[in-house]
Amino acid sequence: MALTPQDIGRIAHLARLELAPQESERMLTQLNDFFSIVEAMQAVDTSGVTPLPHPAAVIQDVQLRLAADVASEPNQREANQRSAPAVERGLFLVPRVIE
Amino acid sequence: MNNNTDLHDLGVAQLAAALRAKQVSAVEAAQHFLARAKAHQGLAAYLAIDEDVTLAQARAQDAALATGQAAPLAGLPIAHKDVFVTRDFPTTAASKMLAGYRSPFDATVVARLAQAGCVTLGKLSCDEFAMGASNEKAAIAALGLDAPQPAHNPWNPRHVPGGSSGGSAVAVAARLAPAATGTDTGGSIRQPASFCGITGIKPTYGRASRYGMIAFASSLDQAGPMARSAEDCALLLSQICGPDPERDATSLDHPAEDFTRGLQGSIAGLRIGVPAEFFSDGLQDDVRTAVEAALKEYEKLGARLVPISLPRTALSVPVYYILAPAEASSNLSRFDGVRYGHRAEKYSDLLDMYKKTRAEGFGDEVKRRIMIGTYVLSEGYYDAYYLQAQKIRRMIADDFQAAFQQCDLIAGPVAPSVAPQLGAQTDPVSSYLADIYTLPASLAGLPGMSVPAGFGGAGLPVGLQLIGNHFQEGRLLNAAHQLQLATDHHLRRPEGF
Repeated sequence: MALTPQDIGRIAHLARLELAPQESERMLTQLNDFFSIVEAMQAVDTSGVTPLPHPAAVIQDVQLRLAADVASEPNQREANQRSAPAVERGLFLVPRVIE
Repeated sequence: MNNNTDLHDLGVAQLAAALRAKQVSAVEAAQHFLARAKAHQGLAAYLAIDEDVTLAQARAQDAALATGQAAPLAGLPIAHKDVFVTRDFPTTAASKMLAGYRSPFDATVVARLAQAGCVTLGKLSCDEFAMGASNEKAAIAALGLDAPQPAHNPWNPRHVPGGSSGGSAVAVAARLAPAATGTDTGGSIRQPASFCGITGIKPTYGRASRYGMIAFASSLDQAGPMARSAEDCALLLSQICGPDPERDATSLDHPAEDFTRGLQGSIAGLRIGVPAEFFSDGLQDDVRTAVEAALKEYEKLGARLVPISLPRTALSVPVYYILAPAEASSNLSRFDGVRYGHRAEKYSDLLDMYKKTRAEGFGDEVKRRIMIGTYVLSEGYYDAYYLQAQKIRRMIADDFQAAFQQCDLIAGPVAPSVAPQLGAQTDPVSSYLADIYTLPASLAGLPGMSVPAGFGGAGLPVGLQLIGNHFQEGRLLNAAHQLQLATDHHLRRPEGF
């Protein structure tokens, strides 16, 4: 089942990417090319197979750790905002969201 | 040193020894490599240097060396792939999105190497956000150059160095650094090491901290060293690996290890598995010849070759190219023009700002992967693509466990061909297919390395890939070191460097 130009528009919106018309066309061709090699995957019988998110889980139990809910980092507001595109009085500036 | 021009011929082990013996100072070593980085900036390996920062670090190491209390690699110059964040150098991931970015902290790998006494020479080029296999996706102009261009393979500058850690491979091969860091998600250390005739190793997933490594695919990304020999890699990997429980949720509780201790062991009786699927039709003759010669050399050293099968090798391509973009689409959602990086100049509202910022900041390959990842995670497609790929990933990992019942390590080619010409790969899907030999070990989280195995067409190097079971880095490095005692491919240098 090939992707359509509408699909490309929908995915680009979800991904928050503006695509120029030519870029969309190229993307459509390339993604359909790509999904043609993915078809081999669909034929594999995976019933009863557990997904593998952490590769070491094949040989040992892997517990993903949770950090303790305590503030451990010093305040680095200035360093953290040094590379921000728009900052005022220690706050990140964004376009108006609430009218 | 009597003659400073000899410095760049020293590997990590030799240079560290010369520094300890005060035959050369850390400042002299740093100055020597910085001068070479500038003299060869046409190779486009370095994205940034900062001589004041480097020399200050070198002076501190000289002071430590003077007290006799120096760290094991005191004064050793090293350069970092530009996906490791660094407080004292810009970090861009070779993306316009992060042009001029300064991190408030150092990546754990960078900090650990600094703790071991390493002096940072600068930051090295790579494919944008480590997505690519040629270094041609670098979108930041290299040191001294006006426009972005890929690093050039020093063996033949019309050819790519491989990627994504292309700048790292070039810097080491051209002697612009004794060693460099790289990252490997689907082969990004092994393939450029192979294309540039150097040695590189990716450890078991979870052994090197990912903290401060700009995330591409979090369940696959691993850091590792790239240097000229297995011994040099062993010295560096010993410093890089180790638990980082406070900073990396997937870091394994597996102790640091001195990987140099097992280098000298005999490999007589070692069972080397040779997967039939790694020698199928797609493999170019020149690569096959060099790899088979390396395997023969192993037989001479007393190892035994065992035919094995990794039946799902071909499936690793679609599985990887579903999983890695899925994770990338999530990781790269942080680049929204608010907290750091590029922001579009003109936009109508918040949504438009996001879309234009990301359209301008990301290159084609990154956008393509974000699109694939967004699609396979979207409602109605998650089970068919993402979950199915995670299941086949387990089957691929199980295939390796079955193979390791019959052998101690696995050997084969790193890539189907030597380094392609610059600009030759125009179709993304066919370049994905060329990753076929490195992807299986990545998906299974296994340690893998590339060891120089000789030369193929156009005078370009060929690498032998070694894959070990989880936590078997020591065994890989031992086997690689023994090969390097018997061969001299890793000692060859590109003409003019």
